[in-house]
Amino acid sequence: MILSPTRAQYLAVTLMWTLALVTISALLFVILFILVRGLPHISWEFLSQSPRSMGREGGIFPMIIGTLLVTGLAVLIAAPIGVGTAIYLTEYTRESKLTAVIRFGADCLAGIPSIIYGLFGFVFFVITLGMGLSLISGALTLAIMVLPTIIRTSEEAIRAVPQTYRYVSYGLGSTRWQMVTQVVLRTALPGIGTGLVLSIGRSISETAAVMLTAGSALGIPKSLFDSSRTLALHFYTLSREGISMPNAYATASVLILAILVINVVAYWLMHQFTTRIA
Amino acid sequence: MIEQQVGASTVFMLNYQALRGFFYRHRERTIALVLLAIALSAIASLAIITLFIFKEGLPIIVRMGLDRFLLSSDWYPLEGEFGIFPMIVGSLAVTAGAMVIGGTLGLSCAIVLIQFCPPRAVIFLKPCIELLAGIPSVVYGFIGVMFLVPLIRDYLGGPGLSVLASSVVLGVMILPTVTSISVDALQAVPPRYREGSIAIGATEWQTTHRVLLKAARSGIVAAIILGMGRAVGETMAVIMVAGNTLELPHSILDPVRTLTSNIALEMSYATGDHRKALFATGVILFVIVMFLNTIALTISRNRRSDKK
Repeated sequence: MILSPTRAQYLAVTLMWTLALVTISALLFVILFILVRGLPHISWEFLSQSPRSMGREGGIFPMIIGTLLVTGLAVLIAAPIGVGTAIYLTEYTRESKLTAVIRFGADCLAGIPSIIYGLFGFVFFVITLGMGLSLISGALTLAIMVLPTIIRTSEEAIRAVPQTYRYVSYGLGSTRWQMVTQVVLRTALPGIGTGLVLSIGRSISETAAVMLTAGSALGIPKSLFDSSRTLALHFYTLSREGISMPNAYATASVLILAILVINVVAYWLMHQFTTRIA
Repeated sequence: MIEQQVGASTVFMLNYQALRGFFYRHRERTIALVLLAIALSAIASLAIITLFIFKEGLPIIVRMGLDRFLLSSDWYPLEGEFGIFPMIVGSLAVTAGAMVIGGTLGLSCAIVLIQFCPPRAVIFLKPCIELLAGIPSVVYGFIGVMFLVPLIRDYLGGPGLSVLASSVVLGVMILPTVTSISVDALQAVPPRYREGSIAIGATEWQTTHRVLLKAARSGIVAAIILGMGRAVGETMAVIMVAGNTLELPHSILDPVRTLTSNIALEMSYATGDHRKALFATGVILFVIVMFLNTIALTISRNRRSDKK
């Protein structure tokens, strides 16, 4: 049977829309499934107390601190490197073999699975450099992991800055560095910020790499060389070992809420940037 | 004594001033050099990661022989037997399943976003799909265990923890990758192709599948291959829903263990050769992922140079 073009059009559009709606409902399902079961268990005590008996009771305060520290450090380390790379690629050089190699490196890093980062962080930071299972090992591993995201988004943001801005800056007698820092970076800031916020999101979600590098100690870390468990890993342990389902749902809700906030902020920054450039 | 100190500090001052003068004169060049050094850190990281993974993993592969390591089904860490064939099959099976589900859904989303969607809905749909990419993989795994696995066990049989469950979970996880790169590829098709097709009386769907999809074909292939790379490398979600047995699966309802879950499951207690064998598993995974990524990168690079 050969369909008439109009009927094929009708069928295809219906099918495509159905599949797209399936996707959206999957998203809503994931979020609601967790939040409906988890939100009722979130209380001030849950957020501010340490876990007792392996997380069966008590809260997740040390994990919140651990997550903030690992994530914050990772982005603090990766941001200057990523933005610096983007500045070099856009403002300080022409397209050449060298830039092709640098881009290839960044693209490859973006594709490496997190478990490989975990293995690398374990053998390099934890063992070879003797940092042990610690906040700093986890942060350095995550920093390499989010580096490609920061490079890519910063580069796009810097490229989106209109060329006329640069000409005007040169026309006023600025050096290249003055032009870059005071005109280009200032304009591209919200765009670069989007990349940084997305990297924070990626670090918070990460589990496999953190498990092998930051360890899973339950206490509040006292120094950068202390092991610390992140929220994602705590959630994994709670659910996998069946320690406490209510606490697992509540921890997952905290994670989901954090990711929601991060995505909204990233979206808002991107909006700021596009309106500023336009 | 005092003279010496004064002398030393004068020399220091002089040096400092000379240094400052030098930087001042060559400021731009210094900045360019520092930025170059920073820019090289990405490729340096890649090199050092490759080096350390291979350094730890290769000895076991060499000792076992590549063919025995890849094709043997005996994984007995205590006896020094390391064969990863079932895990390779497991990884391939869940990736193939994820491709079917994630590819179909992801590509449909991309087509809807580009072709059939009113701009107002795009503002809502696009962030939703990006959000899907942001949700932690452990959360996907958890929902797989709590919802999908019992569903499969009750209605389709088997233990529930299976290739099928992993494929569905992974499919949803790689969908945002497929969608966003396909959207880029579809957007890059010159508008005159579309206009020309509509002008000669083709319907929107004919335009989509005979013109747009054809013109963007290589980009879509790149999107799907990148999605494959992500599916092969995904760890935590797969551990939770795949069942992790060491046997070859006979149907999509059988449990499997993937390369990634093998590493993550045993790394916490492995020592000596066992740990090295896990790194060797990592080497194989690394090679597979790099192979897929290089193909995807080459395709998208060729596209870019075609356009110029």
